[in-house]
Amino acid sequence: MSTTFDMNRRKFLRTTTVFAGGLLIPFMVPASARRMAKLGTGAVDDSAVVFAPNAYLGIGRDNTVHIILAHVEMGQGAWTTLPMLIADELDCDWKKIRVEHAPPDVPYFHTAFGLQITGGSSTTWSEFDRYRQAGATARALLVTAAAQRLGVAPETCSTADGYVIAGDKKLSYGELADAAAKQPPPANVPLKPASEWKYIGKGAKRLDTPEKINGQAKFGMDVQFPGLLTALVLRSPVFGGKVKSFDASKTKMIPGVRQVVKVPSGVAVIADHFWAAKQGREALKVEWDIDPALVIDSKGMWDDYRKVANTKGSVAAKAGDVAGTLPKATSVIDAEYLLPYLAHAPMEPLNCTVKITGDKCEIWTGTQWPGVEQNNAAKILGFKPEQVTVNTVFLGGGFGRRATGSSDFVTEAVEVAKASGKAVKTVWTREDDIRGGYYRPAFMHRVHIGLDADKKPIAWQHSIVGQSIMAGTPFEGGVKDGIDPASVEGVNDSPYMAVVPNHLVELHSPKNKVPVLWWRSVGHTHTAFVMETLIDELAHAAGQDPVAYRRALLQKHPRHLSALNLAVEKSGWGTPLPAGRYRGVAVHESFGSTVAQVAEISIDKGTLHVHRITCAIDCGLAVNPDGVAAQMESGIIFGLTALLYGEITLEKGRVQQRNFHDYRILRMHETPVISVHIAPSTEKMGGAGEPGVPPVAPAIVNAIFAATGKRIRSLPIQPVDLAGNA
Amino acid sequence: MIKLQVNSKSYSVDASPQMPLLWVLRDMLGLTGTKFGCGMAQCGACTVHLNGEAVRSCVTPVARAANQQVTTIEGLSTDLTHPLQKAWLAEDVLQCGYCQSGQLMSAAVLLRENPNPTDDDIDKAMSGNICRCGTYPRVRKAIHLAAQMQKEGGKL
Repeated sequence: MSTTFDMNRRKFLRTTTVFAGGLLIPFMVPASARRMAKLGTGAVDDSAVVFAPNAYLGIGRDNTVHIILAHVEMGQGAWTTLPMLIADELDCDWKKIRVEHAPPDVPYFHTAFGLQITGGSSTTWSEFDRYRQAGATARALLVTAAAQRLGVAPETCSTADGYVIAGDKKLSYGELADAAAKQPPPANVPLKPASEWKYIGKGAKRLDTPEKINGQAKFGMDVQFPGLLTALVLRSPVFGGKVKSFDASKTKMIPGVRQVVKVPSGVAVIADHFWAAKQGREALKVEWDIDPALVIDSKGMWDDYRKVANTKGSVAAKAGDVAGTLPKATSVIDAEYLLPYLAHAPMEPLNCTVKITGDKCEIWTGTQWPGVEQNNAAKILGFKPEQVTVNTVFLGGGFGRRATGSSDFVTEAVEVAKASGKAVKTVWTREDDIRGGYYRPAFMHRVHIGLDADKKPIAWQHSIVGQSIMAGTPFEGGVKDGIDPASVEGVNDSPYMAVVPNHLVELHSPKNKVPVLWWRSVGHTHTAFVMETLIDELAHAAGQDPVAYRRALLQKHPRHLSALNLAVEKSGWGTPLPAGRYRGVAVHESFGSTVAQVAEISIDKGTLHVHRITCAIDCGLAVNPDGVAAQMESGIIFGLTALLYGEITLEKGRVQQRNFHDYRILRMHETPVISVHIAPSTEKMGGAGEPGVPPVAPAIVNAIFAATGKRIRSLPIQPVDLAGNA
Repeated sequence: MIKLQVNSKSYSVDASPQMPLLWVLRDMLGLTGTKFGCGMAQCGACTVHLNGEAVRSCVTPVARAANQQVTTIEGLSTDLTHPLQKAWLAEDVLQCGYCQSGQLMSAAVLLRENPNPTDDDIDKAMSGNICRCGTYPRVRKAIHLAAQMQKEGGKL
């Protein structure tokens, strides 16, 4: 379960000095006042904040409610969900809300993770109390101010749509803002009961839609100001390679090219615009210093992993005596899974704009952790973090790629600006993005399951081989006893593993120079695939219905059962299908939520058609139900893309894919009908951004088994996998 | 100098004729609503209208647009009143939003040419536009809604 991962991440953050300080988050902080004072300067604008009770919201004289997001908008809907939390307590006019991303600052640290981060599908649950409290406090101060002005008792006042109402009198929040700002902060403001929520549990239309459908929204790529130049960096074709020498004579002849500078990651071509920089880069000749030891290829890597898998690894889970029990089994399932490197490929290619002026540095980028970028940028410049301003703009997709421990795309841009002395936007092409590393690590799973005469599993030996995401990064502290929790989550803590009396889960974390990173749903991307296809196999071995088999194993896991039962019911599992159609099922817990999916497929002349995915989630209270549904749709399409097409391979150290023609993304005509059902739940709140991804691949592959009788253990799906009895 | 009409405004740009229209729009005219996604006509994020036809501006030399009419997302409507924009709002289509300019510009040509598109028609017209967030089900729904609204005189 992801909690393990989160716990470890947290522990690490507490033990390192990198993000030292500010782990306890005071609700009222001087920083908030500073922040809002800045917003409120030059008060010609009536919308300027005059009342800022905390770091998360401010109110202007014209009733504008400014909401400052501790989490960033990368598609998942934080821009709307966090304002919903405030609006339900504040009773403001929804139409008067203006949203902005927070700068890196202590009040915006994650309430559980101890640094400013958007990740781990955690925004809504981690802010549920803080943002409601922020709204409630503001409302209390406005009510007090109104009561004083009207000479009534605060208890006789009510609030609605941006007004305090007392009898037949009402005062707008804008009118009250100056007076409210003078009130002392109240203690212990109670939160509303669920029965009074207008938005929570019901939803609201996305607040970022208007500017994203008329071309006005500013992503990092869209940052422009006078004097800003564009840079493209030529990087080593092999990870870890260094520039030996370069010849820019032809580059400098390209009209628009201004400067060519060497930076640690390669050679940067700086030009008036992207096109000149791109042409300039194509004309550049670089000789690389490549250590032959760094040159790996995918095939050789799997051979190495296979050898390692058969040796003893770090123990991630252990019960009973596997070695002694396996030989007693009457039959054994012997499975080898190969799951490749995967690129995130967000639609907006990476980019970062940097302007260094004297002892100040200003950065504009789309990032999942502005504070980490600030720290890493400061280190390069020999600055203190506060000398670096990070402006977080809209992220054109993240999926984990915009949160690297090294701040790769930010530090490189800082190096370019530093070396050139210019204000520069460093832009990645799609090729740079696909070949630029920070992939979901490639993983091999070697599994031996011993069955008794009744086809019940009596021993389960599970060896996982793949690079650690945390090792060699500032997150190394999260690795304990050789176990990177992000490599084993979903296996070592699987409810299925717990019911096998003899089991052993071992991990090997080989090292190489291919940079790896969390990729939407992290370890669950591969562990759910392995576990949910194996359980299906065990069900078939036992001659049982895959749903009934799972239910029997999941009796102590009510959330698994609620999601599974809902998906099963809505999918019509067990009812007859048209000829040639087959179903498969999977259920998996990640990031505090449990998701079950039923896939309906057919195979026509060797082509897979995924017709329908029925999805059910138990995420506890769904604050924004349609947002949860959107994230399930999104996760399903993300997971389906990986299943069908996702693969980064290396040959002689070079990444072989380069753009969307050979690193394909699912398209409209390939998209199944998706229905999402949210289980009514009062369980602990979980996430939504990632948990939709893990079950889709195993559900489909289990349906393919129903069609072909073949087990697929290597992804992406190959044509040969689809030949069979269908 | 190359002259072009973008969203009914006249511009003259000092660009090489081979420079893709995308980068003229973005880096010379400051019209950043049109997005760069792949640079090789694979993803459709850069879709604009050239004399009313959907083109991938990342592979369209600006010379091809000389003295022609270009419409970008900024020119789809000035006030979010295009039926597609209304439908996008109603269906909460977008997520990160980066591909949506291209989705809308492709959908606008579809809807003009085929006021009553079927799912198959939508597949054909929209399969050139990639969305990494996976908003396809909602894009489809919103196109149907926009078609409906268009029939009913733009009313939601």
